[in-house]
Amino acid sequence: MLVVEGVTKIYPGRRGRPDVAALKGVSLTVGRRESVGLVGESGSGKTTLTRCILGLERPTAGRILVDGKDIATLPAAEMQRLRSRVQIVFQDPYASLNPRMTAHDIVAEPMIIHRDTLGLDARRRTDRVAELLDLVGLGAQHLHRYPHEFSGGQRQRIGIARALAVNPELIVLDEPTSALDVSVQAQVLNLLHDLQQRFSLGYLFISHDLGVIRYVCDRVSLIYRGEIVEEGPAEALFAGPRSEYGRMLLGAMPDPDPDRSPFR
Amino acid sequence: MALLEIDDLHLFMRSFEGEAHVLNGVDLAIDRGEIWGVVGETGCGKSLTGLSVSRLVATPPARYARGAVRFDGTDLLRLDEAAMRRLRGRRIGMIFQDPTTNLNPVFRIGEQMVDVALHADGADASVLGLPSGASRRARKAAARDLAIRMLDRVGIPDAAGRIDDYPHQFSGGMRQRVLIAMALIGRPDLLVADEPTTALDVSVQAQILRLIHDLVRQDGLGVMLITHNLGVVAQICSHVAVMYAGSIVERGPVRAVLKNPTHPYTRALIAAIPSAATARGTLKGLAGSVPNLIHAPQGCRFANRCDRALPACREGRPATVEPSPGHRVACNNPAGEAA
Repeated sequence: MLVVEGVTKIYPGRRGRPDVAALKGVSLTVGRRESVGLVGESGSGKTTLTRCILGLERPTAGRILVDGKDIATLPAAEMQRLRSRVQIVFQDPYASLNPRMTAHDIVAEPMIIHRDTLGLDARRRTDRVAELLDLVGLGAQHLHRYPHEFSGGQRQRIGIARALAVNPELIVLDEPTSALDVSVQAQVLNLLHDLQQRFSLGYLFISHDLGVIRYVCDRVSLIYRGEIVEEGPAEALFAGPRSEYGRMLLGAMPDPDPDRSPFR
Repeated sequence: MALLEIDDLHLFMRSFEGEAHVLNGVDLAIDRGEIWGVVGETGCGKSLTGLSVSRLVATPPARYARGAVRFDGTDLLRLDEAAMRRLRGRRIGMIFQDPTTNLNPVFRIGEQMVDVALHADGADASVLGLPSGASRRARKAAARDLAIRMLDRVGIPDAAGRIDDYPHQFSGGMRQRVLIAMALIGRPDLLVADEPTTALDVSVQAQILRLIHDLVRQDGLGVMLITHNLGVVAQICSHVAVMYAGSIVERGPVRAVLKNPTHPYTRALIAAIPSAATARGTLKGLAGSVPNLIHAPQGCRFANRCDRALPACREGRPATVEPSPGHRVACNNPAGEAA
């Protein structure tokens, strides 16, 4: 469904400094009902890659195909339609919801933007918002509340409902639980799993929490300084990473078992 | 007498809806050489406990209703501000979560560290080790040397060459090292670290944890490490205190607590961490949310989310059980081996 082929992104250097290659020949694929983890440290190119996939950034070289169509060559109208099929859930549920909009307006907004594709009038949009909120575990009583009236976990649910509003096939999850407590994270991860089963969603799951990646992902790609250094089934990676970087990451992952601490 | 003794601390916080009872009888003793992990969900009072130790909670809107925070036997809550200032940065060091906002972007790293060193030296002249009549210039030069030594110690490569850099020229991990160096410049006895690695990558986190661990070994300082990551606690803490809605519900040596979690809340926290054996879709979350602390429930504050709650739990303070020496649990119906 999503194919990223040899994508390179070079930002020109400022004031005579050398160019910055944020992505160097990155390739990955995400299929239906598949969760692919993208793991890397800050500055490794995760965000640049997401921006390229969402069409917010144009790769310097390489292609990004959604359902076999190269997003770089699509006319604007087609691109607009395609955007409804690839949605994103952001990391920070406090920063990614407009504080002056109600939960209803936040979730309805993508349906207004994509009204030509979806063809929903205002009343049916409201019905759909209620349905979506129910789907993510919120109720009709939450419809007209503002973001500050929700907890972090509830806000992330609103972010997920917004991403689902336009019936996407692929959702980019950019650290969707790193701002949440573990107890809430567990609920959100289970919700994401449940939604994936019901709607056959493909997930590109970006995280630096390897425990979470192991729990949700079928395949994992490790990105380091703009290059994919290891790629493969999650189980294989966690059983025995092949790359130096993979070994380092797994070694640095804090294990909640005190007997496995490197300091004892 | 332990280095730090928090004794039955009650803190109220004024808000528009009323006064919230945010710390409900916290008691905790930390000795030299111990690293205490303080864990719990957002809003359970971890940070307020840490801030109370350095007395950085503004009163008002906060109000200490009862209890004491004794540092080396002195109740910090009764000290005047001048005496408190002599302790902060000298005997009590602090590190906060976000290394970006805790450094002033318009001053060089060195200037900020020299300030701290001079302040600590003002409280205790042995920090710079100069005679009392030393000139300002001599003190500044000594403070700068000390700053370079500290940066070197926390693992900043080429410390002497980097000391005149600005914070933006340092990476996140290096900035956190600078803050640790700053916190240690007065050779504190106690270090309060509030989520020191949360904003950092795992590889950098591992380096910072090693650094804190080694410093405790070498200098024998006591550490209060506030975190929500039980993995971090398992790695470097000697003890752990689990907080819920303003009270410590379970505490003890780290192995005892993590290997034999006994309070239902601790068990729920551990169950929510995905492990290698967790099948997809079966991770256990914790339903419900932290109770409203303005009209806090009578009895155990966890009762409304607890699947083992008894009628007695909603009435009085829960009883304390001690499954093993030093491992104490405030619960009427504990799980695990104590049950």
